[in-house]
Amino acid sequence: MSAHGESKDGYDFAHPIPVPMLLSVFFALVFLTIVTVAQASFDIGSLDILVVMVIATIKAALVMAFFMHMAYDKPFNVIIFLSSFGFVALFLIFTMSDSAQTSPAFEPVVEEVMETDQESTNVIAEESSATSE
Amino acid sequence: MSTIEAAAENAHDDHGHDHDHPSFLAHHFDTPEQQFDSGKLGIWLFLVTEILFFSGMFCAYAIFRMLRPDVFEGCSQFLNTKLGAINTGVLLFSSLTMAWSVRCSQVQQNRGLVGMLAATICCAMIFLGVKAIEYSHKWEMGLLPAGLYFYDPANPHPESHTNYLFYICLPFMILLGGVVAWLIASLVTRNTFHLKCAMPLSVAAACFFVGIGLGMVLESGDSEHGSEVAATAELETEISLIANSDDIALERLAGDAANSGAKSELNARMQQLETAGSSIVQDGEEISGAIVSVEENVMTQRKAGVFFSIYYCMTGVHAIHILVGIGFLVWLLIRAVREDFNPQYFGPVDYVGLYWHLVDLIWIYLFPLLYLIR
Repeated sequence: MSAHGESKDGYDFAHPIPVPMLLSVFFALVFLTIVTVAQASFDIGSLDILVVMVIATIKAALVMAFFMHMAYDKPFNVIIFLSSFGFVALFLIFTMSDSAQTSPAFEPVVEEVMETDQESTNVIAEESSATSE
Repeated sequence: MSTIEAAAENAHDDHGHDHDHPSFLAHHFDTPEQQFDSGKLGIWLFLVTEILFFSGMFCAYAIFRMLRPDVFEGCSQFLNTKLGAINTGVLLFSSLTMAWSVRCSQVQQNRGLVGMLAATICCAMIFLGVKAIEYSHKWEMGLLPAGLYFYDPANPHPESHTNYLFYICLPFMILLGGVVAWLIASLVTRNTFHLKCAMPLSVAAACFFVGIGLGMVLESGDSEHGSEVAATAELETEISLIANSDDIALERLAGDAANSGAKSELNARMQQLETAGSSIVQDGEEISGAIVSVEENVMTQRKAGVFFSIYYCMTGVHAIHILVGIGFLVWLLIRAVREDFNPQYFGPVDYVGLYWHLVDLIWIYLFPLLYLIR
């Protein structure tokens, strides 16, 4: 019943994923999780976030391709789902570039304590107490 | 295809049209495949909206981390990596059992389907149990969203007035009691269908407390140490303000709620410091207007509070998705016991599976982004 080549009156369309494939995907995911946790103990500086995101994306791709049957799904569904990531990227890029150019920080940073008067009075108090240690 | 013929026999023909169709096929669809594909397109569109919905929170995370990476490094020390990693494993395993249950429904292994769905619910419950430990521990320490944040590095474990863990557990205790009562009732009345539903569900409800136990074991091993390290390393400014090294030892003693003597002594010293004021100037200390080189204390309500707002928002909405997923899985489990699914009609299992994998997918990104920052 798992023959999925010929669709007989639209009654034979199930595509069961073989158990060994499911298990190997699961163990690959666990292995990648261990790798992510392990890399956190090495200091690789600014590459850190890049490495973490690459590993997470590989894991996500495995889940999508096999657990979510995307590798066997209709191309139209795949295009719809993956396009959402394109829109998320647009959203993040525009918001972050805007934020980087306009707002220096959520919090008044230390160097600007003198310029920003009203809001940061308690920050001044905090920093001065910190200096006087 | 014997299943089709068998299904076609019990087709309902009470809505006055002449063609036969199996009971699971809605009559506005020509074939089961068309029905399945329509549902699939619908669930993919729903998942797109979910991705976009979560992207708002990821955006908040990205902006704040871009502007204040030091706050993230400081606060991330308070998240227990062990608990996060265990939860990742549990969620990955639940994804495996979910994918497996889709397979079972496609090849019509009904017992396997019930078992796999029950395993998925159990994993979800364990995940929530571990999460409850994480949350209650942080609430007791005052590591809360910006408005409620009251964490004090000098006294990281204040005597808590409320037992948060109890309040989180309470609904699950009621749930467990209810399901066990259902199980006993179905045993007494010898209703096999109810028995078949209640048995896996009571195991699943009990699994929440397995998660609690697992979280407690891991938390007691690691987190105390972790937060002490954070308290001594990351918050040096604040602690060194209090005083010298034996005060830190004293403070550790005072952290123990039982040690009231050490606690009162520490309080006395802190008061002394307070009256001495913040104007203590030690020899050799360079005093100038330029305070650029000061290592900032990030564990303030204004800075750490924003991190914990983001943390609770993202993990909390994710946990709500787990709860909703459990609801759908229970529905599937009852239908699976009823033997509703066959190779022509496994859509509901597949759709809930896709939703479940999306929840897993979001956790795959949340875990390194929140727990694994140095």
